[in-house]
Amino acid sequence: MDFRFDEDQELLQNTVREFLQTEVTPGSVRTLWETETGRSPELWKQLAEIGLPGLLVPEQHDGMGMGEEEMVLLIEEAGRAALAEPVIATAAVAVPLLAELGGALANEWLPKIAAGEAVVAVGHPVSPFVEDAHVADLLLLPDGTGALHAVTRDAADVTAQPSNDPSRRIATVEFDASESTRAAHGDEASRLLAAALDRGALACAAGALGVCDRLIGLAAEYAGERKQFGKPIGSFQAVKHMLANVKVKLEYARPLVQRAAHSVANDASARDVHVSMAKLAACEAATSGAKVALQAHGAIGYTWEQDLHLWMRRAWSFDHAWGRSPFHLGRVREALFTGALPIGPGTTFRGDA
Amino acid sequence: MDLDYSKDQQTFRADAREWLQQNVPATALESFDTAEGAKQHREWEARLNAGGWAMVPWPVEYGGRGANLLEWLIFEEEYYRAGAPKRINQNGIFLLGPTIMEYGTPEQKARFLPKMASSEEVWAQGWSEPNAGSDMANIQATAFRDGDHFVLNGQKTWASRGAFADWLFGMFRTDPESERHRGLTFILVPLDLPGITVRPIEQLDGLAGFAEVFFDDVRVPVEHQLGEQGKGWSVAMATAGFERGLMLRSPARFQATAKRLVELARLHVDSIEPSVRDEVTRCWIAAEAYTLDTHRTVSRLLADGKIGAEASLNKIFWSELDLRMHELALEILGDRGELRPEAPAAGDVGSWLDGYLFALSGPIYAGTNEIQRNIIAERILGLPR
Ligand SMILES: Cc1cc2nc3c(=O)[nH]c(=O)nc-3n(C[C@H](O)[C@H](O)[C@H](O)COP(=O)(O)OP(=O)(O)OC[C@H]3O[C@@H](n4cnc5c(N)ncnc54)[C@H](O)[C@@H]3O)c2cc1C
Repeated sequence: MDFRFDEDQELLQNTVREFLQTEVTPGSVRTLWETETGRSPELWKQLAEIGLPGLLVPEQHDGMGMGEEEMVLLIEEAGRAALAEPVIATAAVAVPLLAELGGALANEWLPKIAAGEAVVAVGHPVSPFVEDAHVADLLLLPDGTGALHAVTRDAADVTAQPSNDPSRRIATVEFDASESTRAAHGDEASRLLAAALDRGALACAAGALGVCDRLIGLAAEYAGERKQFGKPIGSFQAVKHMLANVKVKLEYARPLVQRAAHSVANDASARDVHVSMAKLAACEAATSGAKVALQAHGAIGYTWEQDLHLWMRRAWSFDHAWGRSPFHLGRVREALFTGALPIGPGTTFRGDA
Repeated sequence: MDLDYSKDQQTFRADAREWLQQNVPATALESFDTAEGAKQHREWEARLNAGGWAMVPWPVEYGGRGANLLEWLIFEEEYYRAGAPKRINQNGIFLLGPTIMEYGTPEQKARFLPKMASSEEVWAQGWSEPNAGSDMANIQATAFRDGDHFVLNGQKTWASRGAFADWLFGMFRTDPESERHRGLTFILVPLDLPGITVRPIEQLDGLAGFAEVFFDDVRVPVEHQLGEQGKGWSVAMATAGFERGLMLRSPARFQATAKRLVELARLHVDSIEPSVRDEVTRCWIAAEAYTLDTHRTVSRLLADGKIGAEASLNKIFWSELDLRMHELALEILGDRGELRPEAPAAGDVGSWLDGYLFALSGPIYAGTNEIQRNIIAERILGLPR
C-alpha cells in the first residue's frame, strides 16, 4: 500500500507544467477565443512533441504507453493553464476507446493522434453535445440503439452550439448510422461507452483541480496586493476564511481524483462510483472557487478584461462536461442505497485491484 | 501507486479482528464521563493492553507492537468496525504519548509510556485557562523554580476527563518576565498533589466531561518538565499537530458514523426527502475523502515526510463532517429526533442525539475552526496577518 504518485510521475507533471507556463498565457488563450475554431494546430503539434495526445497510446502505435495516473496529473496542469486544446476528448477519451476497439481504426488513428496529426472527438448519451466535434478528423458517436459508430467529419452534420466558455467548443452532431460506420454494438458498445464516460469524467475532475488551485492562487495574490482601509484586503478574516474554505474543498477532492485514476487504470469494480465521487467533489471545489475568487476580486473580477474569468469559465465547463453533478451524485447515491457497495471502516481499498 | 495490502498487513488486520471479536464487550459501557463508566473504560484499556493492542504504533518496550502508521490505520479500522469502546486515555495515548516519544528523556519515556498504554495513568490536557482559549499564548498559570521543584499557581479549565484523570499535562509560565509564546514550559503534573483542586464541569449532555483545575503552591519535581524550560510552545505545537491531524481522529471513526447514517437512511428511505438522501451520499463521500487523504498523508510520512499546517485542513474537515452527519441523522429520525434513548417512543434513535451534542463541540476543541481558517489562510495561502 502506497497511496502516492511516484517521482517519475511528478517529474512528468512538472515538465508539462513548465511547458504550459511558457506556451499558454492568458493572452494566447484570448487570441484563440477570437479565432473560428478556437484551436491551434501549432500548439497541438507542440503538445504532441511533449507526448500529451499520445500519452495513453500504446507504444506499438508510437505512443507513450502510459496510464490514467499520469493522465490526471497532466490534465490538472492543462486546467491550471486554462489550456483549450482537445486534450480530454482526444487524449483521455478517444485514445483508449480506439485502443479497445482495435483493428483498422486503432491502426489508422492512434499513430496519427500520437504524432499530433489528428483530433478525435467522442459523443456520449450523458450529454446532447460533442466537444471539439468542429475540429475532429474522426468522430466516435453512439446512435439511438446504443451502438457505437466511427464517422469522419465530412460525413457528419456538425452544428456549433456557442457556450458560456469561449474555450469550450461544443456542437450537436447528426450522422447517418449504417453497417459501414458501426464500430461496436451490444454489450461491447455499452462497455466502451461506460468506459468513455468514466474517462471523460475523471479527466474533467483532474482539470477542475488545476483550475481550482489556480483560482485560489489568483485570489490570494490579489488579496495580498489590493488595499482598502489602509490594509491588504487579504488581512480581513472574511476574505481569509472564504479562501480557506475553498482550499479545504480542493484538498479533499484531490485524493478522490487520485484514487479514481487508480481505479480507472486498473478497471476496478467500483470504478464508476469512484469516478463520480471525484468529479462531484472536484467540480464543486472549482465552481465554489470561481465564486469565491470573484468575490475576493470585487468589481475588477467582474470585467471581461481581467483574466480571472478564464478560469471561472473553465470551472463551469468542467462541471458541465461528461455528466453534471446531479448525474454523478445520483450514481453514488444509487450504489449506496441499493447496498451494492461495501461500506464502513476497512472497505475503502477493498476490491480495487 | 499501490493500493493493495501486503500479506503482513492482511495478517495484522486478521489478528486485530480476531482479538477484537473475542474481547470487545457485548454490551456498551457506561459513558466514561461517569465514575462507573470511567472504571469500566479503564478495565477495557487494561485488557487491550494485556492483549498488546493498546497503542500499536509504539515500540514494544513501551507497551506497543512497533507497528507503522499504516498498520495503525488498519487497527483503527478494525477497532471501529468492532464497535469497541471509546478511548478514555485518548489525550494520553494519542497526544501526549507521541510528544513524549519526540521530546522526552529516556527516563521519561520509561516512566510514563507503559503506564499510559495500560491506562493505569489516565491523562488530562491542561492548556486552556479562563483567559487563554483561542489565544493560548495568554497563559497565566505560573511554575516558578524553587530548587529542584517547580511551584505551580493558577488555573486551568475545560480539561477533558479531568474529573477522573490521574495526571495532567499543561503549559505554565516559568519566566515571570516573559510574554506570549516565550517563557512557557510544558510540565507533567500528578493530580493528587497537595494544593490541587479539581472541580468537575457538566457538559451539554449533563455529564462531567471536563473539569477546571486549581493550583495553589503545588510542588512538582523538575524531572516532570517535558522539553526545554521556556520552550513549551514548540513542544505543545507538536501535540496540537497530532490532535488536529491523524492521531486523535482517525478516519475509521467517521466511516463508522457514515455507515450508520447510510443504514439509517436506507431504513427510512420511504419517508425522507430526496434531498436528504443526497446529503447522506455527500457525507459518505466526504468520509471516504478523509480516509483517502489520511492514507495519502501516511504514505508520505512513511516515505519520510513531515506533517505541517495541513493538519488545520483535517480539523475543519472532520469536525464539520461529523456535525453534518449527526444533524442529518436527527433529521431522518424526524419527530423522534428530540427523544432521549430511554423515552418509551424512542425506537431506533440510538445514540444519535448524544452524538450530535458531542459533534457540536468538534468545531470548538483542538483549536476552533476559525483559528484553523486563519492558519490555512496565513500559513498555506500566504495571506497577510
Ligand atoms: C468538549 C470540549 C473539550 C475540551 N477539552 C479541552 C482539554 O482537554 N484541554 C484544554 O486545554 N482545553 C479543552 N477545551 C477547550 C478548547 O481548547 C477551547 O474551548 C478553545 O480553544 C476555544 O477557546 P474558548 O472556549 O476560550 O473560546 P474563545 O477563544 O473565547 O472563542 C470564542 C469564539 O471566538 C472566536 N475567536 C476567537 N479568537 C478568534 C480569532 N483570532 N479569529 C476569529 N475568531 C476568533 C472563536 O473561534 C470562537 O468562535 C475543550 C473544549 C470543548 C468544547
